[in-house]
Amino acid sequence: MTTPKAYVIGARSRWLGGKKESRTAPWIMIVLFMVPALTLYVWFVLYPIAQSVRYSGFSWNGLEQLTNWVGLGNFRTAFADPQFIEAITHNGIIAGLSLLLQVPFALAVAVMLNQSLRGRVILRVFFFAPYILSEVVTGVVWRQILRPNGLIDQSLGAVGGESLIQTWVGDPELVLYTLFFVISWKYFGFHMILLLAGLQLIPKELEEAASIDGATWRQTFRYVTVPLIGPTFRVSVFLSIIGSLQLFDLVWVMTKGGPVNASSTMATYLVDWGFRRSEFGYASAVSVIVLAISLIVALMYNRFVLKRDLAGALTG
Amino acid sequence: MTTAVYRRPSRATRIASRVLLYAAAYLVLAVIVIPLLFAIIGGFRDTGQIAANPVGLPEPWIFTNYWGTLTLPAFWRQVLNSTIVALATTALALPAASLAAFVIARYRFKGREVFYTLFTLGLLFPVAVAILPLFIVLRQLDLLNNPMGVALPQAAFALPLSIVILRPFFRSIPQELEDAAAIDGCGPFRFYWSVMLPLSRPALSTIAILAIVGSWNAFLLPLHVMFQPDQWTLPIGVNNISAQYTSDTARVLAYTTLSMIPALLFYVVAERQIVRGLTAGSVKG
Repeated sequence: MTTPKAYVIGARSRWLGGKKESRTAPWIMIVLFMVPALTLYVWFVLYPIAQSVRYSGFSWNGLEQLTNWVGLGNFRTAFADPQFIEAITHNGIIAGLSLLLQVPFALAVAVMLNQSLRGRVILRVFFFAPYILSEVVTGVVWRQILRPNGLIDQSLGAVGGESLIQTWVGDPELVLYTLFFVISWKYFGFHMILLLAGLQLIPKELEEAASIDGATWRQTFRYVTVPLIGPTFRVSVFLSIIGSLQLFDLVWVMTKGGPVNASSTMATYLVDWGFRRSEFGYASAVSVIVLAISLIVALMYNRFVLKRDLAGALTG
Repeated sequence: MTTAVYRRPSRATRIASRVLLYAAAYLVLAVIVIPLLFAIIGGFRDTGQIAANPVGLPEPWIFTNYWGTLTLPAFWRQVLNSTIVALATTALALPAASLAAFVIARYRFKGREVFYTLFTLGLLFPVAVAILPLFIVLRQLDLLNNPMGVALPQAAFALPLSIVILRPFFRSIPQELEDAAAIDGCGPFRFYWSVMLPLSRPALSTIAILAIVGSWNAFLLPLHVMFQPDQWTLPIGVNNISAQYTSDTARVLAYTTLSMIPALLFYVVAERQIVRGLTAGSVKG
């Protein structure tokens, strides 16, 4: 290996993937080492998911015998239910907005913090802090801030912005965007941290060389920073999309999917049908659909966008 | 610019861009910090004050909300439940993940990549997808309203990320070390226990912290598994207080603030590990 930097940026897999990398071992030892993880994983992840698939073919309230086989009926019902389609759309909107606004914003903040800025360590610590809070705490606090005549409304009133006051959470037209703002408040710091780590891997010399050659700051950013941050950016977008598809806690705490389903997501729809209306069979079909959508999105993204980028992310 | 001569921006431009940079940074800081301060300070008001004037400092400062929460047995019960669940989750996930990641990282065996892919696929399975059948499984095992009923699935769902973080770390430990240990008569388990684990302390503490924080913040699973009030964890308690006292904002804020202290303290102490752990897996290099 040549320099430490080469090791950091690209050579790791080559270095680690050398011929001496792995050796064979007695199978009994492999089994003993794998058993705890596999037991947990099969019992509490794979088996329940397989059960979802099984339950999805029945009309079932979760208690009786599984006798009322309905085939693909539950799936047909789900795709024919405008409320479920609406929920999928909401997930899609949140994912789209995250991609267009939240991640680029996180990149902007990361670029900002990558400058020699006084107090940038403190800023970084604060920007990331909301990520550590639970979605429940986030939701409860923001609900208080956004309530009618709460902190936001009174602050707007104090600076003469009364006309901007809205029923932030109560207005079906607005609630999804309000939720998106709160989601971004909580999660942009996570993407900022990822992107910042990516930025710090770009050798300073490249940017210096560009500016010595007469590149403006903007050109340097466009032709040096953006291509080199690309892989991290795409991973960040990926995690953001997957997160958007799985949205539950925050929505449940702030709106329970309301008003009139205006902020429902696939997960709130699923929990609502499963636990509140005890339609376990139908809700299982919904969870199979959610899983299929996540898988398809992940595989497509992997195939067409990430390609080899993800070598460092999901495959170690 | 016709000639490609490096020109320093003028002094005025540089100062202006610095000012803009700082203004932007502190604006974002304000948006992050104000909601947190609102919650913390809001707990020192009474609800009348919050309704009349949510901005500015309390006048006078009121301590009954915080004191009321701190002397509430239910609050401490929830702190205890959350702690038990978080510790149990970590105690299950850490050995399971590190044993599996160890053989996956360092030994060749049939199906190794299949197992690894199976685990990484788990990154796509949120608890929400499996919550219904999970509930049925836990009911069959009689684990409802039992901390293990939350800890076992949480540990299982923590495995994918933990293994993804640990594998490259375990791989990066030179083979020569294992050869040397083997010559000294050290078998694989001994090597795992006395060489790998001590050397991997940073990665292990990272996954432990992620498991603890994840468990401390979990909502969906404990909401459905720990439904008896004496089994509630803190997020369930916070959600419940907030739904129960919709008009008593000050009490809700005090309760919420106290519940976020442990997570924030943890963050202050372990910021480096958390950040390193989350970036390690996602940034190539």
